[in-house]
Order: sequence, then structure tokens, then C-alpha cells
Amino acid sequence: MTAADTALPLLEARALSFFRQDEPVFAPLDFRLHAGELALVEGDNGSGKTTLLRMLAGLLHISAGELHWRGEPMQRDRCAGEILFLGHQLGLKADLSPRENLRIAAGLHGMREGAGAASVLARIGLRGYEDEPVRRLSAGQKKRAALARLLLLPASLWLLDEPYANLDRIGIALVNDLLESHTDTGGAAMVTSHGTVSFHGGEPRRIRMHD
Amino acid sequence: MMNRPSLASACAAMLRRDLTLAWRRRGDIAMPVLYALIVTMLFPFALGPEDTLLQRIAGGVVLVTVLLAMLLALDAMFASDIEDGSLEQLVLAPQPLALMLGMKILAHWLATALPLIVIAPLMAAMLHLPGVVIPVLLLALVLATPLLSLLGAVLVALTAGTRRSGMLLALMLLPLCVPAVIFAAGAVAAAQQGLPWLAPVAWLAAALVLAVVLAPLACAAALRIALDA
Repeated sequence: MTAADTALPLLEARALSFFRQDEPVFAPLDFRLHAGELALVEGDNGSGKTTLLRMLAGLLHISAGELHWRGEPMQRDRCAGEILFLGHQLGLKADLSPRENLRIAAGLHGMREGAGAASVLARIGLRGYEDEPVRRLSAGQKKRAALARLLLLPASLWLLDEPYANLDRIGIALVNDLLESHTDTGGAAMVTSHGTVSFHGGEPRRIRMHD
Repeated sequence: MMNRPSLASACAAMLRRDLTLAWRRRGDIAMPVLYALIVTMLFPFALGPEDTLLQRIAGGVVLVTVLLAMLLALDAMFASDIEDGSLEQLVLAPQPLALMLGMKILAHWLATALPLIVIAPLMAAMLHLPGVVIPVLLLALVLATPLLSLLGAVLVALTAGTRRSGMLLALMLLPLCVPAVIFAAGAVAAAQQGLPWLAPVAWLAAALVLAVVLAPLACAAALRIALDA
């Protein structure tokens, strides 16, 4: 990676806001996210954290302000496949096993080099549950099955909406590990949380949501 | 640095996913088939076992029964994907959404319409439809059922955001499937009277070609709007 690449922010928001029935969901936001950075989006319930993430993922339109991806206005094809979004709905088919769910995700997004479904599921703590229908897994295990996508799919920006919800202490440490190795390898991540979070390796950037 | 899957393998993954899901819920596939069989079986009981009368209505009854049976499964086409967030993941995947939805529609057609087409000769035989007409009936069904799947998919996508959309869906689909029924039944009736039946079949095929191209695009646009709220 050259110096010019690192200087250019991966994601840049200028006076970004979203209106629902002419009411702003959150006050205009300005932030920059560079490769290798981790940003924590903080705010109370209903402060618009999920809305912001869905907007950054490209699911919601931009009501006001500007959003730039690698220095250019954000467009669907420009960042296609570079952003991985994990929302409240996990995007898992309940009738399929974690392995089958991963296979579909890899079929659509592609796979990281050297990654495989079996090793990813073992790393995420689902060894022995690879072929169990997701319907029969616990809430925390479902979350882990969804988080396995982070390890398997190639993406430079992770948008994680409440990744810690439903996870036990080991699971929370696991998410922190994933985030650390992702930012170490030049990826960036935005994480929402309404609780206190302690990341490895120093303070993350904080983006505070105001009504 | 990143290896994107080819379009063909993404299509295959999508098709395989939906067919696997359909197979895991085999009971849901059996429902429309049973419904169609029961309705066809009841007609001779209600109308009496007169050969001439049953023969005259056989083609129309089979067509309408198959189309109504398809309607039963139609509103489930995107519902579960919207509920569990799979659709969000599909929209964000670096693949053309219209093509992926086309694969979904194909899988839906394979899971719901194909079993109905397979039992159609049995249904036709129960109503004493002459054997020589059955190939024309099957041809009409092979063209009319994907047309209905595609039109239905657009409407399902348009009503995706609304709750209790089943009623709205049926009302909106009715006028759209009238031409399909007219042409399909016209072909069967013509074949039964020994008249040339190619023209209505050609119209059906033309409508199908148009729908194959346009319906997935319309679905993709409608679902993007449904998610953007």
C-alpha cells in the first residue's frame, strides 16, 4: 500500500444526515475513516446508530450531506463487495446449516484467500455445529454463525451493528480479536454499541450520535 | 487481491440455495399440488360424469386450477428473505441484483409450478380431456406458469413493505393473469377443435420473453425501494 492510499480516507462523511418524514433522525455528522481505523458509534437507543450504518452500507438513501468512498462520491458499483454489513437481522437462513449459509455468502461475495468454511467455523467457535440447522442454534451461536462471514468474505470496511449482542465473554473477546486483526491488515470497521466496550490496542475513534 | 466469484457461480449458488430451502420444506411444495388435485377431482362430482360437458371444460379447469394453486405459494417468494435479513445481504452482494432475483424466481417456478405441470396430464385425464390435446395443454402451461411467476414476483416485490399484502397481491395479479389464461385456454380449445393453435401459443411465448427480461429488473428496483425505509 502506498502513502497516497493511506492518506485518502476510506470513508468520509460531510454533514451527513437522514430524514424520516422530514424529521432528522440524527444531527449532521462529519467524520473520516481511514484504512486501519476502528470507529465506535455511540448513542442511546433510538439515536440513529442503525440508520447511520444502513445508510453507509448503501441500503438507505442519503437525505442530506455527502458521503465519499476513497475520495469519490459513494456509488453502488464503486464500493460493491468492499463493504460487509452485519445488521440486527443476521441474514442467515434458519433451515440451512452454518456451513451452507457460509457457502452461499461465499458464492455471492467471493472468499478471502486461504480461508475455508470449516476453519472459519472452528475459529468462530462453532466446531461440532457446522451441519446443524441454524434454527436449532442458540442466539449467541447464531450471532457467531453470522460473524463467521467476517472471516470468510473479502471486504475492506466492516459495518457491524451491535456485534456484541447475545455474545458471552469469550464471544466478545473473539469479536475484539477479529476487529484487531482486520484493522492490522489494513481494513476499517465501524461498530455500534450502546454499552461500554473495551477494544484491544488503544482507544478507538468515537462517533457520538446526537438527536 | 480479491477474487470475485464469476456470475455463473453466483447464479448457481443462488439457485442451489433456494432449491435446498424448498427441499427442506417439502410439505409447502406438496400443498399446491394437493389443492390442484382436489379441486379437479371435485368437478366431476359437482357437474356429473357426462363426458361431453367435462371434455368441454377440461382445458380451462386445469389451467385455472394450476394458476390458482400457484397463487397460494406466490406471496412467500421474498417474505422470509426480508424477515431474516438475507435480502439485505443479497442487495449488498457485488452481483447484479436483477439476475440474482431472476434465479430466485426460477427456483420458485421449479419448486411450485413444475410439480403442477407434472400432474397436469393426470388432472386432464380425470376430466376426460382427449389425449391428443394434452401436449398442447402442457406447452401452454410451460409458457403460462413462468409468466405468472414473473408477474407475481414483481407484485410481491412491490407489496413487500406492506403488511397483510396477500389480499392486495391477489387483486393486483388478477387483471395481469387474464391475458395469460385467455391465450393458454385459447390454444387448448383450438387444439381440441382441430384448429391451428400456434398463434395463441406464440403470443404467450412473446409475453414470456418480455417478462423474463423486464420482471427481474422491476423486482430489483421495487425491493431496493422496500428496503430503503
